Amino acid sequence: MTTPLLEIDRLRVDFHLPQGTVSAVKSLDLHIAPGETLALVGESGSGKSISSLAIMRLLPDLAEPSGSIRWHGKRGEEALLDTPLRRMRQIRGNEISMIFQEPMTSLNPLMRIGDQVREVLKKHTSLRGKTADERVIELFEQVGIPEPRRRIASYPYELSGGQRQRVMIAMALACEPKLLIADEPTTALDVTVQAQILRLLKDLQQRYGMAILFITHDLGVVRHFADRVCVMRHGEIVETASTQALFSAPQHPYTRMLIEAEPSGRKAPVDPSLPVLLEARDIKVRFALKKRLFRPSEYFDAVRGIDLDIRRGQTLGIVGESGSGKSTLGRALLRLLESSGDVRFDETDLTHLDGSAMRPIRSRMQVVFQDPFGSLSPRLTVGEIVSEGLRVHYPLLTRREREARVIETLEEVALDPAMRKRYPHEFSGGQRQRIAIARALVLKPEFLLLDEPTSALDRSVQATVIELLRTLQAKHDLTYLFISHDLAVVRALADSVIVMRQGEVVEQGETEALFRSPRDAYTRELMRAAFLDAVS
Amino acid sequence: MTTEPTPTTLPFDGNSAGESLAGDAWRRLKQNRAATFSLFLLGLIAIACVAGPWLTPWGLNEVDWNAFTAPPSIADGHYAGTDANGRDLLTRTLYGGQISLSVALVATLVSLVIGVLYGAIAGYMGGRVDNLMMRFVDIMYSLPFMFLVILLMVVFGRNILLIYAAIGAVEWLDMSRIVRGQTLALKRREFVEAAHALGVKSTTIVTRHLIPNTLGPVIVYVTLTVPKVILLESFLSFLGLGVQEPMTSWGVLISEGKDMMQSAPWMLLVPSAFLAITLLCLNFLGDGLRDALDPKTR
Repeated sequence: MTTPLLEIDRLRVDFHLPQGTVSAVKSLDLHIAPGETLALVGESGSGKSISSLAIMRLLPDLAEPSGSIRWHGKRGEEALLDTPLRRMRQIRGNEISMIFQEPMTSLNPLMRIGDQVREVLKKHTSLRGKTADERVIELFEQVGIPEPRRRIASYPYELSGGQRQRVMIAMALACEPKLLIADEPTTALDVTVQAQILRLLKDLQQRYGMAILFITHDLGVVRHFADRVCVMRHGEIVETASTQALFSAPQHPYTRMLIEAEPSGRKAPVDPSLPVLLEARDIKVRFALKKRLFRPSEYFDAVRGIDLDIRRGQTLGIVGESGSGKSTLGRALLRLLESSGDVRFDETDLTHLDGSAMRPIRSRMQVVFQDPFGSLSPRLTVGEIVSEGLRVHYPLLTRREREARVIETLEEVALDPAMRKRYPHEFSGGQRQRIAIARALVLKPEFLLLDEPTSALDRSVQATVIELLRTLQAKHDLTYLFISHDLAVVRALADSVIVMRQGEVVEQGETEALFRSPRDAYTRELMRAAFLDAVS
Repeated sequence: MTTEPTPTTLPFDGNSAGESLAGDAWRRLKQNRAATFSLFLLGLIAIACVAGPWLTPWGLNEVDWNAFTAPPSIADGHYAGTDANGRDLLTRTLYGGQISLSVALVATLVSLVIGVLYGAIAGYMGGRVDNLMMRFVDIMYSLPFMFLVILLMVVFGRNILLIYAAIGAVEWLDMSRIVRGQTLALKRREFVEAAHALGVKSTTIVTRHLIPNTLGPVIVYVTLTVPKVILLESFLSFLGLGVQEPMTSWGVLISEGKDMMQSAPWMLLVPSAFLAITLLCLNFLGDGLRDALDPKTR
């Protein structure tokens, strides 16, 4: 066996908080060979990102790492935890570089992207002036940024998320590092872009012969990308194996659970003779970008004329990438946004109803949002949040009756009713999403708009929320409109699907038929990317 | 600031039986020693100011012909010395505290109520209404403060209530801007949208979902407003537009004391000490309140 590039031995990271010491990483052993791709997989809070920051010595001051990290770089073996900070700065960006999850915030918004890459070259190489510019252009070409010569003068806001991530990769590769640490580099991106970025990383890895430490929560990505996989949980590695071995014969129960947590199950289509609950014709939403007094205003058409029918008991899935207008459509249907076109709910025309006329119908159509952190008011207790709808629609209920309804609903979403006096921040993401579901459910609605309700959750938590949604639907004969970018989840939950792109319907049909034989080219691309056949 | 160490994740113990938000905040405020001590000290100062006339052997306007600019002494009852006119400084400081503290209380309350409501409504309504409301604030900003006060004096005559009104009328402008900015950010949050989807009325959304969430910055700003108001009042008095002899306030006493700093330092030190301790206590109390009212710091 060749000398490993990086060896981590019994790494431990303690956080000294005023409340006491918390170990984010308890004991981490791993090694990476030159040119190898190692995936570090774990759910949120497993300590995977903290480990990568420890390698770069970028931990916050509160954290105290111990153990050993040995790096075999240009100067032979070095113990990174004891290296002086001066030397560490030479290693960062030069021998080891890093890309992060959020391409939107990782670039300085006030600096031209060319200058940001040039800064790395200036720090670590002797390239200056024209030669540095040439190198930047070459890098931009390699990472696939169109028109690199013109683009070096662009600002980050002029680029899409995928392009920004490419700029980040160009920066990371500027000095031809031996090791690239990629911390969830594709999580914030759309699936088709994710596939492109992963392919790009693979190509560049071969060109530069570098090793990649790929940190992710998504086992699906790992399958086609990594040579070996380390599964991490609660700050410890529970299993390390080659990718093939891990997926064909997972040893640890946690690994098995992660693999099985991929959404499964199907929903049978509903009887087409059932009455239509929600009917929408020619829905259009346009946002004013710039309002001008004497010249025509500038508009952006988010939704461009969509028809749909949802029958009682049906689950209609809407898939699409960010900016496709799927969430806007959902809000327009609930009359949370100004739109044109007709919406009929159970034979009632909602189009011209004002706020107070709409109120009685609101209790029958409810919504659950994506962000379990933003969708609950931080200053209200769980009980107050859940009972809010009751106060509006059943003002005559006594406090005790209201309480009883809240307890009943919390039990239904499998939360301990004793928690109702607590505040949202004390709950985990999955629990908060249950609270949000309880808030919608307490009014006993017939129709539920689910706007990416599982997207911010770990896979294992996601599976339980999906199960809950299924149970509730069966029990209360609920009708769902399920909006998601995650095709696997939509496939598991919805019985028919609409694929949206740029505010228009690309394709629609029954779920199984559409997934098995997509007709439209864009749908096919989306599916290839989502199920990641494109990478291998 | 000292806070009692609390575990990050509380187990669901008997405490889940629950308390009201106010009761809960009070319990947490009591755990904060600096805040509790500040509250105690503030109470003491307030009581002393109200009970001042009975506490000291001298009256507000009583001249001691044997002691002009006399240093503090226990023997003749001038515990904090006298001023250039032979009046007892401690008595005057306590009387001055009545004015300073009540101006601070009333003007801050006025600015709090008007500013928070105005800002929250402007931010929530958005668009044209917001534009109009905020332009009005801009106009108010551009009016010179002195001009406003003099105008009020001319119309209504000199009155201590006018000082309250004038200061309150100016201080709410900053508050409304802060609250409006917070509201603009908050109203895009999904919990506000969820409230709309539940059919909650706009007024309820503003009072129940938006205003409570602006509380953190608002309380901090209030603790900054109180000292500002006290100083503003002394400025007005200094110009002869505020309280007039023989009545006094901390600001007036300090500005008189600063002229005598070389020969009679106690004339500066005594009222300054009262003012400084009050402001310090308010700051600690403000910090404590903000933490106590924020459910995240439990």
